[in-house]
Formats: sequence, C-alpha cells, structure tokens
Amino acid sequence: MPMTSQSTAGRYGPFGGRYVAETLMPALEELTQAYGEARADADFEAELAALLTDYVGRPTPIYPARRLSDAVGLEVWLKREDLCHTGAHKVNNTLGQVLLAKRMGKIRVIAETGAGQHGVATATACALMDLPCEVYMGAEDVRRQAPNVERMHMLGAQVHPVEAGSRTLKDAMNEALRDWVTNVRTTAYCVGSVAGPHPYPSIVRDFQAVIGVEARAQFLKRKGRLPDAVVACVGGGSNAMGIFSAFLDDEVALVGVEAAGEGIETGKHAATLTEGRVGVLHGSKSYVLQTDDGQILEAHSISAGLDYPGVGPEHAQLMESGRARYLSVTDAEALAAFELLTRTEGILPALESSHAVAGLRKLRDVAPEASLVLLNLSGRGDKDLASVQHALAERGAAS
Amino acid sequence: MSRIHDAFEKAAARERAALVIYLCAGDPTLELTADLVLAATEAGADVVELGVPFSDPTADGPTIQRASQRALAAGATLAGVLEVVRRVRKKSQVPIVLFGYVNPILSYGEEQLARDAKEAGVDGLLVVDLPPEECASLRDAALARGLDWVPLVAPTSTQVRVDAAAALATSFLYCVSMTGVTGSDAPELEGAAEQAARVGERTGKPVALGFGIRSAEDVRVAARRCDGVVVGSAVVRVVEAASSADEACRALAEKVRELATGCAR
Repeated sequence: MPMTSQSTAGRYGPFGGRYVAETLMPALEELTQAYGEARADADFEAELAALLTDYVGRPTPIYPARRLSDAVGLEVWLKREDLCHTGAHKVNNTLGQVLLAKRMGKIRVIAETGAGQHGVATATACALMDLPCEVYMGAEDVRRQAPNVERMHMLGAQVHPVEAGSRTLKDAMNEALRDWVTNVRTTAYCVGSVAGPHPYPSIVRDFQAVIGVEARAQFLKRKGRLPDAVVACVGGGSNAMGIFSAFLDDEVALVGVEAAGEGIETGKHAATLTEGRVGVLHGSKSYVLQTDDGQILEAHSISAGLDYPGVGPEHAQLMESGRARYLSVTDAEALAAFELLTRTEGILPALESSHAVAGLRKLRDVAPEASLVLLNLSGRGDKDLASVQHALAERGAAS
Repeated sequence: MSRIHDAFEKAAARERAALVIYLCAGDPTLELTADLVLAATEAGADVVELGVPFSDPTADGPTIQRASQRALAAGATLAGVLEVVRRVRKKSQVPIVLFGYVNPILSYGEEQLARDAKEAGVDGLLVVDLPPEECASLRDAALARGLDWVPLVAPTSTQVRVDAAAALATSFLYCVSMTGVTGSDAPELEGAAEQAARVGERTGKPVALGFGIRSAEDVRVAARRCDGVVVGSAVVRVVEAASSADEACRALAEKVRELATGCAR
C-alpha cells in the first residue's frame, strides 16, 4: 500500500485517526488487517457467536420497566446488558478482541480499566482462552471499585495500580499505552471503549453492535414499532455506540448521557462533549476536556467508568452532525436514579448506567416528542455498593 | 541550509557524531531552562531538543513524566517555551528542535505556532504522536516558515514506513533504539546503532539514535554507526538531582562534556 502524508483511514468526519508514536503504527496496521480477515472468516464469526450465546447468555432481554415508567412519565424499556456474564456489556468486546489476539499469535494481553468492568471482562476472556492478562487501573479506582479488583485477581490477572495524575481511567490508559509501546511485538492491547487510535473505535463499536442489533429486533417484535428515543450513558462511549449503531438510519432520537460530576459549573465533571474542545488524546482526535494551553484536565465523576476527559471520535461526529444529542447529569442525579431503579424495579444499576436512567428526567430537553424509550442498562451495580453507601451517608450527614 | 543540517555537517567534518541533548522546557522553571540550554551548548551539545511539557506524555518514561509535571506545575506553556528560545537566541546560535505532543500545538494553532516558532528562533519540530499519516497540516505549515521537520523511525517500522518517514525529513531522521518509552534500558544498543545506520544508508538521510542512551560509553557505541546521538532522560535526571540553579547548570555541563567524549567516530 503506497503511503502518503494524507490521512483517510479510520476517520469519522474530522475525528478519529492514529495519533500515536511510530513504534505502534505497524501494530495498528497489523491489527487492522487481522481484524478485517477475522471478520471475513466464517469460523471466527461462528466461534464468537457461540461464545456470546452459550457463555455470555445472549441475547439479553429487553424489559418493560413499568414502575420506572410511571415514575418518569415515559414508557421505558431496558436493554438488560447487566445480565451479561460478568455483569456488563464489556464482555461482548473482550471476547472478540481476545479471540482475535489468540488468532494473531499474541502471547500476552493488556487492558486499561476505569470501573473495573472492562478489566474483569478482559481477565475473564483471558482465563477462558488461557492467555496471561495485565490490567492497568488508576489507584483511585482501585480503591472505589475494590470488588472488581478482587475479581480480576481471582481470575488470574495482574492489576497494576497507576499513581500518576488523577489516578483514574485516563492515567490507566497512559500506562497501558506505555506498556504496549514496550511489548508491542508480543502483546495485544484490548481497548475497552470506542476510543484510542484507529482501528479501535471501529473494532469496539462492531463487537458492541450486537446490543443494538438485538434490541432493535426485540423492540420491533414486542411493540411492532421502533422506540422514539434510545438512551445510553457515555464515558468513552462503547455501550452507547453499541446500541446507537443499529438505529443510525432510523427516525429514532439518539441520546447520550454524560457525567456532570459535582456540576458543570464547578469544573469537576466529565462532560466531554458538552464542555470540551476538539483535541487529541490517546491516539485519536475528538472532544477533550483541556486547558486553554492544551493540557488535559482531570475529569470528575462518582462513576469510575465515566470519569474520563475524552470521548470516542464517532460520538464527536454524531454530535456535530446533530444525529445524536448529548446531555449531562450530576453525581447526585445519578445517585437518585440508582435508588429509583432499585426501589421501583428491583434492579441495582451500575453507577454508569444510573446516569442513563437519570437522563430520562431530562429527555424532553433534547427529544421533546419522545414517549417510548429504549434505555441501555449497560451494567449491574454490585461493584458500586460501597461508593453508593458512602455517598448516601455523606448526603445524609450534609442535610 | 538549516542550522540543524549545518550542525550535522560540522560534526561529520570533525569525524564526530552530533550530540543532541534533550531538556524539558520549564523544568524546574522556564527562567532556568535558557541557562541550561546555554550551559549544555558551551559544554558540547551540537543540537538541543527542547521538550514542550504535556500532561499525558505516553511515549515518555518516568523521568521525563516527572520533569513534565514539574514544568507544568511551575506554569510552563508553549508560549513560555518560545520565550526561552528567544532568550537563548540573544546569546547562542545552537540549533533548537521543539520536541513534544500534538495537543498543545493544536490549542496554540498550527499556523500560529509555525510562525511564532520561526520568529523565536526555533529550527525544527519533532512531534511524537504525529506519524506520517497525520502530520501533513503541521509539517506544511512548518516548512512554509522554513522550519525543519524531524520524523521518527522505530525498530518496528517497515521499509515502506522508513521510506515514508525519510521522504518527510528535511534534516535528520530520529531513530528510536528500542520498543519502549524514553529512559528505558536499551539492552542491544549495538544492534540498534547498526539498524539505524542501515536506515541512513537506505534513505541517504543523516540518522540520530535516541532512547536509553545514558553514558559516554553508550554514546561511543551509537556514534560508531550513527550521525547523531540523542541523550534525554539521563541529563534530565542530572537537572532533577541538583539542589540549586547554579549546581544544575554546572552538573549538566559536566554531564554533557562527559557524553561529548563519546562522540568521536
């Protein structure tokens, strides 16, 4: 392939691309080619499909959440990704990527994780496929998502706490990239979100697209029509891209919910699309929370999985084209939504997914006509009980 | 021809490899950086790479990460780094390459940076996370102002990629000695120097070898086969260990003099 200095590969409008050190570029080319070959190989597809069915428990159901619907004044259906093996949608992607790593002859897998769900899902896939796994996790996240750290250890993964910066997801990804640049010949980097350099945003979206494909068919079958709106939380944006991707050509409002942390006005938030500027972080061009000088800001969110100052490049394009709308909810609103879903439906949502639930109360701001709503419940909340109890106790003490 | 080009020619004429010294601008302060550049130059640095600090330097090891954090905490900005160059230019014509990551440059504005950098006295740009596929707009802006563009070649680069990098190089090619971040061990420096030399022969461009080169002996190994040798983390550590501005300049000069003894080819 002749090389030019013009970039076209892996672009979503002006976003995406491959902004990485030269050392990694050949690996990204290799990955792009191997991924294309794998997806064209019926054996690979069959193996992945069998795992998703027999191991993950797909298809996950859609569930009409009647008491939640009454509470928010909408008809809400939940896509139950919380029922996936390991407790979140992340495993859809890690099984695909680790299967691919095995096929490429890689002998070691690394990953970054925020909430620990992607780390657990990577460690799970590696245990299943007998590959050593090392996970980078911000030290602050190691503290607040302790149950997932224990799960990773039990699964045989090594967890490296990262002490740099805000000690959260951004810093974990920095460290994973440094590991990869060092061990690139033998190691597969299993990226957890629709972020990073090309081809990762496409690979992760494709592996998560099963969410949207299933949900769209299930919804048509149950309701005889499509929903008015599809709602999902957005940190890096993998569960949202997974469900949005099936509805891009439909007349369905797509609504992403970002983390407003302690409030946009406090500056302590993770609302990258709402408040960021275009920049380059972790290998792709997208919206980024940054200073006027182009230094990356630390994000803040009660949800470790949303606590990230970047966002996938395809979301940036969907926002700029107007195809998707993005709003944000605060820590307090997410906590209230956590309690609401728990008490009305008996479902403990992950704090990440609680943001999507909280977004229902603001849906009319971006989709005033919507009354029939499909919400991606991306994960379950067992991992968050300590954080939630702590936050509720603090709120109780303050009031 | 550019000052960078001349520095490599001059070194070659003296049968030496050009000694390229990396300093993180703003570490510990922007004020001291200009003095450090001058001290390194007087001690034998042929080219200075001035690191533009970035909050998330994913290609850098712990030493330069710490230096970047100190610099940012002390208020370093890209505009401030250009001010350092202006100050150096009052006293020295040493070639200066700005070495950094793309995001601060995007915030500053690519055209604006090319113009201001040239005006300040910068000679070239090296942007770690702009591989050939992504560099067109900044490189075009830089070349239009008469700045050199310095691409990276890695041990993993295919021949196609080496040729693409060489085609974009206006002075020298920076060959990375190993797969890894700055400051890591380079266990096979001899092999890396040999590989870099082959890149030079294949492309006809001068090559400088960097990453993991710490001592005069390391420099000697690299200089036998390469046109230039880059030392970064090892000198940044000298600055880090100093307890005063004077000591930093003195210790840096001593380190650079020692490294320069390895440059004879």
